Amino acid sequence: MGEIQVEAENKKYEPKIAAFLCNWCSYAGADLAGVGRVQYPATIRTIRVPCSGRINPLYVLKAMANGADGVLVSGCHPGDCHYISGNYVARRKFALIKSLLNHVGLEEDRISFSWVSAAEGIRFAEVVKGVTERVSALGPNNGIFKVVDDGGAAADE
Amino acid sequence: MNNIINDMRDKARQLLAEGKVDVVIGYEKGSLPLKATPFFAHSPAEVDSLIWDETCENNLATYVAKTPGKKAIVAKGCDSRALAVLLQENQLVRDDLYIIGVSCAGVIDQRKIVAEVGEILEAGINDGKISVKGMAGDKEYLFAEVKDATCQTCRYPNPVLEDVHLGETIAVSQEAPAFADVIALEEKSAGERQDYFKEQMSKCIRCYACRNACPLCYCQECFVDCNSPRWLTGGVNRAENLFFQAGRVLHLAGRCVDCGACTRACPQGVDIRALNRKMTKDVYTMYNHEAGISEDGKPALNEYTTSDPEQFLVKE
Repeated sequence: MGEIQVEAENKKYEPKIAAFLCNWCSYAGADLAGVGRVQYPATIRTIRVPCSGRINPLYVLKAMANGADGVLVSGCHPGDCHYISGNYVARRKFALIKSLLNHVGLEEDRISFSWVSAAEGIRFAEVVKGVTERVSALGPNNGIFKVVDDGGAAADE
Repeated sequence: MNNIINDMRDKARQLLAEGKVDVVIGYEKGSLPLKATPFFAHSPAEVDSLIWDETCENNLATYVAKTPGKKAIVAKGCDSRALAVLLQENQLVRDDLYIIGVSCAGVIDQRKIVAEVGEILEAGINDGKISVKGMAGDKEYLFAEVKDATCQTCRYPNPVLEDVHLGETIAVSQEAPAFADVIALEEKSAGERQDYFKEQMSKCIRCYACRNACPLCYCQECFVDCNSPRWLTGGVNRAENLFFQAGRVLHLAGRCVDCGACTRACPQGVDIRALNRKMTKDVYTMYNHEAGISEDGKPALNEYTTSDPEQFLVKE
């Protein structure tokens, strides 16, 4: 859970997106996209989790606190969970996380949730493209969770 | 009101004398005016300290799991809802619990009084009128004027779970909860909401009084104290404070009974309820679930249906 380094170089802004992918579907979907040589922006940093039900809401907050520009969480389609009901339980959690974080002022598109199956390599690339576009439009995370050295004062200016 | 106190003391005396319980958890007069403090009566001789009035603001369900032995507890509506959630989560044994239910018309929000008259030196409650002598002046309030915000929209003043009921019950409206306060905030722009929470979170000193006052924050190790992984660096700043408060609210999703104990316990006046109420509203509107309204049933996040709303997914 180290700090995500912010590059100072003056090139085209490329967001850093923490992608939590479930082992059985979305990770395999990302793998299929790779095997199939499907092109998508190299903006995601993949974190493999056993199931979307494993996602602790704190993971999302911590990624934002550590400076990720966006978070993508993806699991099996409802009904296809390897553990039968993991993603159903996760779905309630995700809806509440998203709604609460929007309420405290985090931009709608910073945090994305999707279902991608192991057969949907092309769709996985499209999801990443879409998420990258939307996060790029928002710009870097100077948001309300990011912990910076001055205790958030810089973001207040 | 006096009859309730007498009945309460009689009941407590009887329970302790008969050996049905080891301890009665209730309220006694606190050392500061308009403050009651939790009281643990272990013998029949102690029960005359028990009181019941509009200052009994603590949620006593907080103390039940920490108190060994068989216990009786004085429970308002919100205390009983917290007990119901704790029972649903197998944190309590129903047979060890004797619930003395009282209907609650609401508790006093001290902050409103202190804001006007300064530190409270003396106070008395008579017939629903509260006369206060403060550092900056004296004033008399009607109870309705200084009722806590959470009590103003309370839908469960009567205990949902009880072994005996003292006094009369309070009639409640059967309408669906309105959440006017949450909607007012939701209607503001994202920027305004962000500013509002920034302001609130910069007040927080992370004393964790909210966590300790909360009947449902019972984790053996709170995520804020956890060293591995270390969720928070320990610094007190706005971003980390929001991390803590949002994390706490997410832990309370579908469990919070909206007793307002966290907000009343806060020494800094942080609007913690704004987060909790939003979560309560979301759980109610998305899953039609209210926490702790019966002993059986499960917290909202322990259940699912195949048709739960999915509007939050990406468009692709």
